[in-house]
Amino acid sequence: MRAGFWRGIPLAKRTPSLGRRTFLRLGAAVTGALALRQGHAETPITSPPADAPWSQTVGPGVVDRPYGRPAEAEAGVIRRNVPWLTAGTESSISFSPLQDLHGIITPNGLFFERYHAGRPEVDPEQHRLMIHGMVERPLILSMDDIVRFPSQSRIHFIECPANGGMEWRAAQLNSLQFTHGMISCAEWTGVKLSTLLDEVGVRREARWAMVEGADGAHMNRSLPLDKCLDDCLVVYAQNGEALRPEQGYPLRLVVPGWEGNVSIKWLRRIKLGDRPWYTREETSKYTDLMPDGTSRGFTWLIDAKSVITFPCPEKPLHEPRLYEIRGLAWSGNGKVRQVDVSTDGGVSWQRAALHDPVLSKALTRFTLAWRWDGGPALLQSRVVDETGYVQPTIAQLRASRGTNSVYHNNSIQTWQIKPDGSVFDVQLS
Amino acid sequence: MTVAGVVAPSKTVAAEPGHFGYGRAATPAEIAGWDIDVRGDDGAGLPAGQGSVVRGGNVYGAQCAACHGTFGEGEGRFPKLAGGIGTLTHDRPELTVGSYWPFAPTLWDYINRAMPMPAPHTLSADDVYALTAYILHLNDVVPGDFVADRNSLPKVRMPNRDSFGWTDPRPDTAATPCMSGCAGPAGVAITSSAEGKHLTPRTTGPLDTMQPK
Repeated sequence: MRAGFWRGIPLAKRTPSLGRRTFLRLGAAVTGALALRQGHAETPITSPPADAPWSQTVGPGVVDRPYGRPAEAEAGVIRRNVPWLTAGTESSISFSPLQDLHGIITPNGLFFERYHAGRPEVDPEQHRLMIHGMVERPLILSMDDIVRFPSQSRIHFIECPANGGMEWRAAQLNSLQFTHGMISCAEWTGVKLSTLLDEVGVRREARWAMVEGADGAHMNRSLPLDKCLDDCLVVYAQNGEALRPEQGYPLRLVVPGWEGNVSIKWLRRIKLGDRPWYTREETSKYTDLMPDGTSRGFTWLIDAKSVITFPCPEKPLHEPRLYEIRGLAWSGNGKVRQVDVSTDGGVSWQRAALHDPVLSKALTRFTLAWRWDGGPALLQSRVVDETGYVQPTIAQLRASRGTNSVYHNNSIQTWQIKPDGSVFDVQLS
Repeated sequence: MTVAGVVAPSKTVAAEPGHFGYGRAATPAEIAGWDIDVRGDDGAGLPAGQGSVVRGGNVYGAQCAACHGTFGEGEGRFPKLAGGIGTLTHDRPELTVGSYWPFAPTLWDYINRAMPMPAPHTLSADDVYALTAYILHLNDVVPGDFVADRNSLPKVRMPNRDSFGWTDPRPDTAATPCMSGCAGPAGVAITSSAEGKHLTPRTTGPLDTMQPK
């Protein structure tokens, strides 16, 4: 039925026998009336005045699903990839289904994935974090050791800087999931990196940290020591449970507001030094090529960005009536200050309502009531963050950076609404 | 919290436990095993060993060519390693080791830590030096008799070395939050649409395996 939780589970296991028999009996009884009214002879009435079959049976008991999983009807709400984007799936990316999500927290099974050498299966008993280099006391910590330190929980987004990267030249992907799904947001729990650095004693000459993963890529990046001491977390939990393997189990770094690849997963080593390392992932990748042939390095910050999540190509409109435009906004520089929405391609704007909580470096929900008259419309959202930074148009970004910089496309998204309610990804002059 | 505030004079602190005392001291042998990083711009951390272009060609044929192509041209969507010098201002630039990478020791570090993809960090230091020499030679950055080692590699000058700025110039746009009458004299026009491009995998049902037509 799909490539997910339920594949391979026999139908009989999924539907309790009592319920199924009741369902069939009821279905046969009402078939005649239904065929006359709706023309769907197979569909039983489950709405008023009929009592639904699941209301006339007893369901499976507790621990039938000891972990739990989404409703079967939600089976299509999954991470998805763009098969033609990468050579294989081991060094690749998947996208969160933003069109089906309703809050600021991404469920753990739907958090977007980015691997550079596939997903390692790390034994937490054997996993170690080594902190060394320009420190007074080089240290080795087990997971038990790390969990003992004073703990912190914070909600932060993580976004890949390549989110929207396929749209620099033109509108290409007709999907919210694929234009914006390289972002997710979670509550992270762990220890402040500054606490661990206090423990080892930072030497005076240290200015940078090299952070490295235990995956096959031994993925590593340089970070300025100031950022490490400011708000970075070394986390073991995500939305209240242990990290998922996809997100770095048993231990990852979270660098709030900065491009996702510096939040090293499967974190095994932190080395302090006096200069950056200029690793492959901060020279040949994750650098921004400008039209004059120069490149920008160490462009860590995620600038403010927003997107309308309803309507979108996956969730079109139907008849003309009152709708609630919904969306998400975020900034790597702090809190969202305001979001404005346009329905005429940016000629006029209305202030959207922001929904609590409005947290620093976290997804923020916005909504605006809108009566669609059935005519063509061009929907946009534009965020202003607490520093006063205004989300640019794609034309403004291109004027500054050309079309070959791949990363950090935080431009205003335009959704074209056609009179039949269908929605398309477009770009404007 | 400042760095200076964290650190007491090193002679007294070095002998004392940390604030919490969790974990244990890393031994020199443990550190040596994991201390694999090589700094890109000056090669700090490069180990002993050496490798020639000729030896690198043999290792490359066995370990790399299946994905990266015999001459570094890249098979399928696997990364191209050679060529593209002078294309960075073109409409379709080719970013390779020769055309884009600023520092040669970074190549040694990346091959050592992440390659070959099915068995990362399994090559000897000599083989990694040899591969580095060979890939640099594929790009005409070093001559055919080049031997890479901890002394020669940091001296290799990459063609694109001086094209990187390492300070983020953003914000580089100056949008204003205009609320009405915001369109220019030309009005609003759709310049591109994803409709009909057939690049979008399906977002319902099973995972898609589509390829562009």
